[in-house]
Amino acid sequence: MTSAIELVETVVKCAVVIGALLTGFAYATWFERKVIARMQLRVGPNQAGPAGLLLPAADGIKLFFKENILPAAVEKGVYFLAPVMSMTVAIMAFAIIPLADAVRVPWGDGWLRFQIADYNVALLYFLGVTSFAVYGIVLAGWASNNKYALIGGLRSSAQMISYELAMGLSLVGVAMIVGSLSLSEIVAWQKAHGWLVVLQPLGFVIYCVTAVAETNRAPFDMPEAEQELIAGYHIEYTGMRFALFFMAEYIAMITVCAVAATLFLGGYALPFGIEVPWYLDLAVLLAKIAAGMFVFVWIRATIPRLRYDQLMDFGWKVLLPLAILNLVLTALGIYAYENGLLG
Amino acid sequence: MLDPYTPVLILGALGVGLGVVVIALSFVIGPRAPSPVKEATYESGLTPIGPGRRRVPVRYYLVATLFILFDIEVIYLYPYAVRFRQLAAPVEAGGQGVGALASMGVFVGVLLLGFVYVWRKGALEWD
Repeated sequence: MTSAIELVETVVKCAVVIGALLTGFAYATWFERKVIARMQLRVGPNQAGPAGLLLPAADGIKLFFKENILPAAVEKGVYFLAPVMSMTVAIMAFAIIPLADAVRVPWGDGWLRFQIADYNVALLYFLGVTSFAVYGIVLAGWASNNKYALIGGLRSSAQMISYELAMGLSLVGVAMIVGSLSLSEIVAWQKAHGWLVVLQPLGFVIYCVTAVAETNRAPFDMPEAEQELIAGYHIEYTGMRFALFFMAEYIAMITVCAVAATLFLGGYALPFGIEVPWYLDLAVLLAKIAAGMFVFVWIRATIPRLRYDQLMDFGWKVLLPLAILNLVLTALGIYAYENGLLG
Repeated sequence: MLDPYTPVLILGALGVGLGVVVIALSFVIGPRAPSPVKEATYESGLTPIGPGRRRVPVRYYLVATLFILFDIEVIYLYPYAVRFRQLAAPVEAGGQGVGALASMGVFVGVLLLGFVYVWRKGALEWD
């Protein structure tokens, strides 16, 4: 009986999270167009609904009614697998984010946790699932049977795995300080001791840079460099199939912002131990994610795309050594603290 | 009690379901008027020359190999990192004191040595 209730609860939670992520994706596209327009002294979308707020819905309907062009040369099975896989992986990475404090409920074990899965290896889960994103892209590039798609897919995979190293290393510092890989414990630790960005400024910066590269966003949007590659790995994708890749990109952005907020900026909690009800916890996390999304858009509007060799050099020769330096400094700091050398 | 990994499977299944439904629906709703020109490989309007899959620079394989090496080392750092605070405590308090620092230093040192070797060999140059 209990497990039936738990199952229903889990399915509902998953459905709500997917719904929220899709809404988030839709309004992230609106937000991006609006913010970039303002930064370029334009008005941006303003026709569909007040302030263009219905534009995402109009876009979605339009994509459904697009003519379905299935290029003759593609490898059918893999061609359809790639976008579905990209989107599924992007959604799955969000499972570990704690969204608010647990509340008392009269069913199950008495607690409703605003988190799909609380693993003690959550950080490793995050790194593992995000690396699956490479498959969707490289498979799309290969299955398209198009030179530019293939090059785009390869570039993208090489870029993502290179930056993943630095990302993995930059999060080790957090694990060392908190002594746990569980995101709910990391949030609890920050509630008691303050935001981790204070203790891990270098780790935070490295994480942010690698997060932009991992989501293939400007200035690291190499795989989609249109002057060289037309549209990179999704050239041969139209209509909703293209929309799935688009969704995957924006959901991945939301997830990396949520992880940045959870690991370094106190998660759903307000600073200085201010306790608020669960719905305000949600609002706090949402505000932190929105701030992160704004930075993504801001970077895109400001910084031109890197050349590919510069991008790989930056990942391997700058970020990776810096991440190792951060690790060593954190180890020395913890040693000094534990042995009372800090006074 | 549910198995702890069931929620993620449910989430994944819903994700796959959503993707399949969306693609299927676009086939139902979207018009189809195929023609050889529309279905040709897209290269900005030019007729494609040669096969779509060509030989690719060996550098990509090199990057993949290096990634596997370093990423496994990074993953091995995690269990160590979780226990590091207890290990770094003074010997009287049940830790290993400077020994913990030294053993982690050896591990990171080997990683760094490999990194410097790869760099000196020119494996990180893109030209």
